[in-house]
Amino acid sequence: MKKLLLALASTAAVIGFASAAAAQEKAKVCFVYVGSKTDGGWTQAHDIGRLELEKALGDKIETQFLESVPEGPDAERAIERLARSGCGLIYTTSFGFMDATIKIAQKFPDVKFEHATGYKTAPNVATYNSRFYEGRYIQGVIAAKMSEKGVAGYIASFPIPEVVMGINSFVIGARSVNPDFKIKVVWANTWFDPGKEADAAKALVDQGVDILTQHTDTTAPMQVAAERGIKAFGQASDMIAAGPKTQLTAIVDTWGAYYIKRTQAFLDGKWETTSSWDGLKDGILTMAPYTNMPDDVKKLAEETEAKIKSGELKPFTGPLKKQDGSEWLAAGASSDDGTLLGMNFYVEGVDDQLPK
Amino acid sequence: MRIELEKRAKISTLFSILSPFIAFLLMIIFGGIMFALLGKNPVTALYSFFVEPLSEVWSLHELAIKAAPLILIAVGLSVCFRSNNWNIGAEGQFIMGAIAGSILPVVFYDWQSPLVLPLMMLMGMLGGALFAAIPAFLKAHMNTNEILTSLMLVYVAQLFLDWLVRGPWRNPGGMNFPETRTFAADAILPEMIASGRTHWGFAFAIIAAILVWFMMRYTLKGFEISVLGQSERAGRFAGFSSRRMIWFSMLLSGALAGLAGISEVSGAIQQLRPVISPGYGFTAIIVAFLGRLNPLGIIAAGLVLALTYLGGEAAQLSLGVSDKVTRVFQGLLLFFVLSCDTLIHYRIRLVWYRFTASDLDGSR
Repeated sequence: MKKLLLALASTAAVIGFASAAAAQEKAKVCFVYVGSKTDGGWTQAHDIGRLELEKALGDKIETQFLESVPEGPDAERAIERLARSGCGLIYTTSFGFMDATIKIAQKFPDVKFEHATGYKTAPNVATYNSRFYEGRYIQGVIAAKMSEKGVAGYIASFPIPEVVMGINSFVIGARSVNPDFKIKVVWANTWFDPGKEADAAKALVDQGVDILTQHTDTTAPMQVAAERGIKAFGQASDMIAAGPKTQLTAIVDTWGAYYIKRTQAFLDGKWETTSSWDGLKDGILTMAPYTNMPDDVKKLAEETEAKIKSGELKPFTGPLKKQDGSEWLAAGASSDDGTLLGMNFYVEGVDDQLPK
Repeated sequence: MRIELEKRAKISTLFSILSPFIAFLLMIIFGGIMFALLGKNPVTALYSFFVEPLSEVWSLHELAIKAAPLILIAVGLSVCFRSNNWNIGAEGQFIMGAIAGSILPVVFYDWQSPLVLPLMMLMGMLGGALFAAIPAFLKAHMNTNEILTSLMLVYVAQLFLDWLVRGPWRNPGGMNFPETRTFAADAILPEMIASGRTHWGFAFAIIAAILVWFMMRYTLKGFEISVLGQSERAGRFAGFSSRRMIWFSMLLSGALAGLAGISEVSGAIQQLRPVISPGYGFTAIIVAFLGRLNPLGIIAAGLVLALTYLGGEAAQLSLGVSDKVTRVFQGLLLFFVLSCDTLIHYRIRLVWYRFTASDLDGSR
């Protein structure tokens, strides 16, 4: 028995070495996904980025990924597995992978890590994020134009700064058109749960909103909006297939550009720790085609997008008041990134209590 | 041809030992067919699924980490299930144990002493036991169905944890993200061996399994548990109280789930987050039955189930198959275990029409 095991083990070792030797020709770039790569939202957007990366640099690199990795100790193991399997550069694509990424990075100083949407860096850990709120501002502008009742519904995931920032940006955009615009928020407490998201959407429609937007990952809210005959915005991926007559536009995460840029730097030996926070102008975020709206609204949306890209318009610019009516930003003053990244208050116009 | 199941006069000892192995073999065969249909080489696929995770030291540590909470919870559940108390809420008791145990490192984070860790473990057990006391009380004194009450309390625990880490226990230096401060060194369950991350939670699991095994096998309490589980009336005639048994089994399994919770938090996560368990409390139910409610069997079952998780990852990487393969394997395993258990109580007879039944007497 022991001999048999030994024989098996040595065969295995040989196979292992053989495959390692074949892999050495190309650098391995790896991804850790929190969801399924076909979720139609957040993870799919990252996977599209990975495929673009393969297309662009496929002769020099190969990519691998682990999908549906739960946050916590499982993430630590998944990342370690990738680091051990010879990945030189690892993208961890969920906020909840932050501490796991930092821990494993300490163990593997020669491997480079890139963590999406987090705030902890290390000599071999960079972070990257996208200014999603720029897209949400445009959505707000469109919503205020399209809504007859002046109330939009917002399906939110978790009350973290990222999400609160998005809600505020949407309201600020809407109020730039209609100063009385209001939004109602439902906390789904999940990133990915078609059932819960659909329930939240139904609850909001029943409360009388006539525009839906979401900061969760599935197309369920879009489908509810389509059934109920109201308009909605897609999230993370273009969700037009789920609502051909419903989607006004969608914030589409286009990570590919970033992945190509950073992987190239890695191949050239020029990779450095950065905390990147790009937006519309950098192409990390794009708006899906403006559909199902009159031409004048479409024109306004395009103008707004152009202004944000040129830097002429910054969504978080005063005069702005907090929800309780106290002054936040004086006229002309813009918020600094630090405040945005730690945002834990609503601006005026949000019809909800921020969960504390 | 016709297949007949014939009830055995006596349960077959041979098959009660063999059946898990037959099940495992069938799972391998069907898993191999599945891989072949996916266009992957079944041998390499099965190798990366079941052998690769065992071929490296770090991976063995990960196996122990993954198996520890499953074993610890399942051992407690085995006592419950044996005594006919259906505690489905171990997930909730796991979470409440983790919360109770975290009071010291989160609220009294300034207090550092070697006493912190043992106290945390005790409080974790207490937290889990107290939470299990709710369905125990309801069943023992109001005759409610413990399956429902214990299950529903899982959601209470999950939402309570969610509220804590977003509200009162949120890390003041954590940019408003929903998590507590990370535990100080005194509050972290140390690693057992220098070669990897396995913490003392695994030792707790093994010790608990051995102690419960001993109790079930050699003590009057163990006898009481089996008797009451098989026939409450018989138990009553023997002078055993089923009400006391409800309390005993629920509190014990709650305490073990709570210990699993605080060990996981203190050893592996080192802070509280909105979600601290990928469903250990529910998976442990599978583990308990896979181990035939025998604490030593549960150790093996916990390791096998942990292996399917790790193997799924390895297969994703080396073959590029979907993570759903893991679920399929777990499903196959459970399905075959349950169906092979038929062999313990029944014998299979193939009946050919051309012959009389007596020509083919015996097993097959």
